Amino acid sequence: MGEGKPKVAFYWCAACGGCEEAVVDLAEKILDVIQIVDIAFWPVALDFKRKDVEELADGQLAVAFVNGAIRTSEQAEMARLLRRKSKVVIAFGACAQMGGIPSLANLWDRESIFRAVYQECPSVVNEQHTTPQTQYKEDGRTVTLPVFWNTVRTLSQVIDVDYSVPGCPPTPKLLLDAVETLLSGKLPPKGSVLAPDHALCQECPRRETRPEKLLLKEFKRPHEIVADQETCLLAQGLLCLGPATRAGCGARCIEGNMPCTGCFGPTSRVRDFGAKALSAIASLADSNEEAEIGAILAKIVDPVGTMYRYSLAASPIRRRRKGGE
Amino acid sequence: MQSSDKKSSTEGQFEPRIVAFFCNWCTYTAADLAGISRMKYAPNVRVIRVMCSGRVDPQFVVEAFAKGADGVLIGGCHPGDCHYQEGNYKALRRTELLKRTLAELGIEPERFRLEWISASEGEKVKAVVNEMVEQIRALGPLRMKELSKEEQTLEEEQAPEEVAR
Repeated sequence: MGEGKPKVAFYWCAACGGCEEAVVDLAEKILDVIQIVDIAFWPVALDFKRKDVEELADGQLAVAFVNGAIRTSEQAEMARLLRRKSKVVIAFGACAQMGGIPSLANLWDRESIFRAVYQECPSVVNEQHTTPQTQYKEDGRTVTLPVFWNTVRTLSQVIDVDYSVPGCPPTPKLLLDAVETLLSGKLPPKGSVLAPDHALCQECPRRETRPEKLLLKEFKRPHEIVADQETCLLAQGLLCLGPATRAGCGARCIEGNMPCTGCFGPTSRVRDFGAKALSAIASLADSNEEAEIGAILAKIVDPVGTMYRYSLAASPIRRRRKGGE
Repeated sequence: MQSSDKKSSTEGQFEPRIVAFFCNWCTYTAADLAGISRMKYAPNVRVIRVMCSGRVDPQFVVEAFAKGADGVLIGGCHPGDCHYQEGNYKALRRTELLKRTLAELGIEPERFRLEWISASEGEKVKAVVNEMVEQIRALGPLRMKELSKEEQTLEEEQAPEEVAR
């Protein structure tokens, strides 16, 4: 690894690991990447330790790609450390950018999550009611564990973030483009999302089949129909979030005949993705009668899990309110 | 709801803060009429005039709650009366789904209301506002902003000392 090349770090917080896969999915292109950058920290793939980051001078890393939401105090600590050591920090993927699926846990809190996971789950045997403690003493030694936060946060709610790369996970192409953009020296305005700024529908391969006026008497779930492979999925009644979602994914789900679930988040004109997606979808209900509208929309069984699937932590509301029923 | 929750940050009785989006053609005019007719109603609403109830993006409602509103009221023309033909129907469809979404997030249905109030129904503005204020007074403050701040402080206190390096 060369000395003069810009140093890059990859780190994984509260996420499934798919974003790390996206880096691996560069396949042989990763050879091109390491031609131009030096990977200084990538614990999931290579033997790096925390001290490797600590030993760097502040700002010595050119870029840190941080994936995952922030759920524990340890993740927050690593995020702060990487922030200090990096010139540019990128929220990589939907979880870092908007909280992602882990932030749906904000519908619960630490107590109810611990109860479910360590007590109530049918496969759990825990007669001593053991739950993780932040400190444990044995033989005069103290063992510590990070604090499990009550609320999952986005990366930018914990540290200053320069750019985001959206997606669950981002495509390898977006990652390559991001590296290229950063190395070109022509930096976009701070806070930019490094992907096109228009809705997925605009570049959808089925765009031509979308009717001008689209109204639905019934929403359908993917397992209920055999979806036609060429017609707009929304027109077929499937709940596709393409109208509200940022493009840049190459319509991979649509290519797989599955509706968009919104992982690329909103365009720059939208502040709260879930509310905007809700607005786009609810307006399609083909009725003017309150009862009938209710019946049509009742097919959307879990509105928060559907509209805020990847973005609950980023919403102004952020979590289920304590005390509210 | 615990009794301590009912106390407002200011002294005395809790006064709900309600953000009201009134459509220019019907409900706003009705509120005007209520004023001209010297009707008295609870001073807890902050009215925002919009051209149509269909203009009220669910984002506005979410933002209002997050920034400290205890309730949100949308007022539009009666079905069939919309100045723009069907803006109020769009509002109705969104309200259906938004209500369920907010409930899932712990915001009671009484805190978010859609009402059809025509330009001649000044009396209805008064009745709806008064009723909503009483319902929310009974529920207590929403405190979204405060809860989020308190939690952040708590978590910062709990965090073990970072090893300074």
